[in-house]
Amino acid sequence: MVITNVETLPNREIVEHHGIVSGSTVRSKHAGRDIMASFKNIFGGELKGYTELLTESRDEAISRMKAQAEELGANAILNVRFSTSSVAAGAAELYVYGTAVTIR
Amino acid sequence: MDLYIYVTLVVLGYFVGKSREASHYRSIQEREGKFASLPTVATKKPLPQEGELVDMKLVSGCTVISIDYYKRLIAGLRNIFGGNISSYETLVDRARRESVLRMKEQCPDASQIINLRIETSSVFKNSGKGSVGSIEVIAYGTAVIFQ
Repeated sequence: MVITNVETLPNREIVEHHGIVSGSTVRSKHAGRDIMASFKNIFGGELKGYTELLTESRDEAISRMKAQAEELGANAILNVRFSTSSVAAGAAELYVYGTAVTIR
Repeated sequence: MDLYIYVTLVVLGYFVGKSREASHYRSIQEREGKFASLPTVATKKPLPQEGELVDMKLVSGCTVISIDYYKRLIAGLRNIFGGNISSYETLVDRARRESVLRMKEQCPDASQIINLRIETSSVFKNSGKGSVGSIEVIAYGTAVIFQ
């Protein structure tokens, strides 16, 4: 499975379009991470626990998108975009979407 | 008593935050030097280069960063008079450069990174009293490998 955020792949030909595929996860932080983060809040700087949390969730969203593309019989996802939004208090939604295609 | 605690936190925030920021900038500069020869562009087509294109893949890096007490106080004061809040500017600048570096570190054998996108969002806010305001910066692009 080729995943890129450009529209065309050099040297490869798109033979079929399968439309949009997407994956999303909504994750909440747990209390332990929040306590550590409140300490960080005094001194500033990176909140490593949150970074890890979001990275994990993003990987999860990508694998959901991949599963959807595989179901459609695609072998590549082009023009992938990420977006993050905070939907509920203390939670973040990670959304990944792209175009599933078959390439040769 | 509350005031004492607050003042202590502000003073702590000032000194610790300042030294952390300085050490983070040192680390950013050192790592940026390492990747100085890797072209990273926002265009969608790879730059012309010798050799054959063998692989392309999505790379991304993300950072969540928060501000310290002292800077929050200064920003609060700035809000009254308006103008640049330079303490926040360095904060987002750090987060952005860090994210781009993490993205580059994901694919050390890349020849170029094309279609770079950087996005900022504020996450995990408004979760009640004592919540931590933080921003997330994600950088993503396509790593192109020539051989």
